Amino acid sequence: MSMLEAAHQNDIDLEGACEGSLACSTCHVIVMDVDYYKKLEEPTDEENDMLDLAFGLTETSRLGCQVIAKPELDGMRLALPAATRNFAVDGFKPKPH
Amino acid sequence: MGQLLLHGWKLISRGFSSLTPHPLRVCIVGSGPAGFYTAEKMLKALDGAEVDILDRLPTPFGLVRSGVAPDHPETKLSHLPETWKQIVVNQFSRVAANERCSFFGNVNLGTTVSLSDLCKMYDAVVLAYGAESDRYLGVPGEDLGGIYSAREFVWWYNGHPDCSNVSPDLKNTDTAVVLGQGNVALDVARILLRPINELETTDIAEHALTSLRESTIRKVYLVGRRGPVQAACTAKELREILGIKDLHVCIQKADLLTSAADEEELKKGRIQRRVYELFSKAATSHQQHDIVGQRELHFMFFRKPDRFLPSESGNTVSGVRLEKTCLKENGASGKQVAVGTGQFEDLKCGLVLKSVGYKSVPVDGLPFDEYRGVVPNMKGRVLSLDQAEHAIVEKGLYVTGWLKRGPTGIIATNLYCAEETVASILEDFKNGLLTPSSGSPKPGRQGLLQVLENKNARFVPFSGWEKIDTKERMEGELRNKPRKKITTWEELLLAVDG
Repeated sequence: MSMLEAAHQNDIDLEGACEGSLACSTCHVIVMDVDYYKKLEEPTDEENDMLDLAFGLTETSRLGCQVIAKPELDGMRLALPAATRNFAVDGFKPKPH
Repeated sequence: MGQLLLHGWKLISRGFSSLTPHPLRVCIVGSGPAGFYTAEKMLKALDGAEVDILDRLPTPFGLVRSGVAPDHPETKLSHLPETWKQIVVNQFSRVAANERCSFFGNVNLGTTVSLSDLCKMYDAVVLAYGAESDRYLGVPGEDLGGIYSAREFVWWYNGHPDCSNVSPDLKNTDTAVVLGQGNVALDVARILLRPINELETTDIAEHALTSLRESTIRKVYLVGRRGPVQAACTAKELREILGIKDLHVCIQKADLLTSAADEEELKKGRIQRRVYELFSKAATSHQQHDIVGQRELHFMFFRKPDRFLPSESGNTVSGVRLEKTCLKENGASGKQVAVGTGQFEDLKCGLVLKSVGYKSVPVDGLPFDEYRGVVPNMKGRVLSLDQAEHAIVEKGLYVTGWLKRGPTGIIATNLYCAEETVASILEDFKNGLLTPSSGSPKPGRQGLLQVLENKNARFVPFSGWEKIDTKERMEGELRNKPRKKITTWEELLLAVDG
């Protein structure tokens, strides 16, 4: 079971727009402990391509749909990135009134 | 006694109904990812919200149908039988199937209904109609035959009914020049260079398949004003085009030299780093002599188009005059910009595809930023200027998608964009800003149906699209493709009738 599936089964609001087909980065999760991050298999080129586009990327970021549960990961903590809406508000500057 | 109780009960129930707010009635113009993600989030956020989605085409889904390249690979994960494109389409179809949602195809904002009509009928109007025009280069010869925008070319091979008659001549030359190095530029180059048998089992439009089968184009140049560090494509797409079988890729090693400013950019940008690495690897590994007859892809950097050269007949293009550029730091933005050096060279070609950016189209009554090609907005709320040039919020009018942000990002980018706009709508709704001043609720869907009836306008419901879909898939099965697209307005509307 992937972390994305686990999240959905536990009613955690983790988006998975492409349903795990490596075509988006909405299931981006941050592995909170670097020791656990190192236990994971290296991301493939395809996963890295999608991580490129994730908001708030960190050194221990992964796509939730690619992290598969196994006994060695017992106790791993994952953080969901802060909702950074990186939309540059267009150059329109409303004058103060 | 009984009558008194009944009378009392009637009074109470009338009181309750005047307290119950009427459902929020939302109209979304545009049924691509921006429109559908907005509809999905709106329906989820408000139990009673009613959402109508309009599109000027009889078919929904916007660029998911007409923009995504037909040869994009199937999902690599064997446990998923569908391509990710079909996953997105299924998701959007589930939204359309929601009983509080209705799709109205073949309804044009401007000719069928006006913006002011919609604002009178709905509590909130969300414009999500994307960018259906192109940035113009403004150089001599731009109107010569054989020069197209990438958007037109993409619509042509994807069977968009507005471009089924583009008929680009792919037999007059062996060289095509693509201006721009973003993902769309890579798409069009790839379609021109793919072995034809790999296109035969896709949903590429039949007329394009025929043209490409007879195409004599063997060389494609992808020309960028700046260097590989600034190339706008992303790693996935670049890796894909570099991996095409029997394709000779030419990248000059000299173009890979980086300045201090380039190194800064690479340090700060993970995407740029990975793209640059792909270019570097490709430059070294493809050093062998090209095999005779092999197709060629040339990445040209530091070149900007100065003019287009006419052929002897005078009305078609025979080449592009390019000016060599160098990079200068623009103090204000910190970005490096390309500056002409006065050195020119001519590149012979018979086809030019300009892939320098899409642009949105303004609509009557809608504030529009001509320079940036977007609707001025604050978190999705449309802004206009009053007499004294102050920005004011246009009540009940919102934007999402490319019309709001400009033509950038991937499909999933619209998810976050829709969230932001829907949050603004919900906030305004909570603060009573969307309640009609007259007190009586706006007519919503019933109002729209009345307007359409009055105009004798024939709209296509979602079930109409399903008929088109079934026909396309059935015809596709006979040809070992996912579908055979219907590519003219007449045939699309005919399929809805059938």
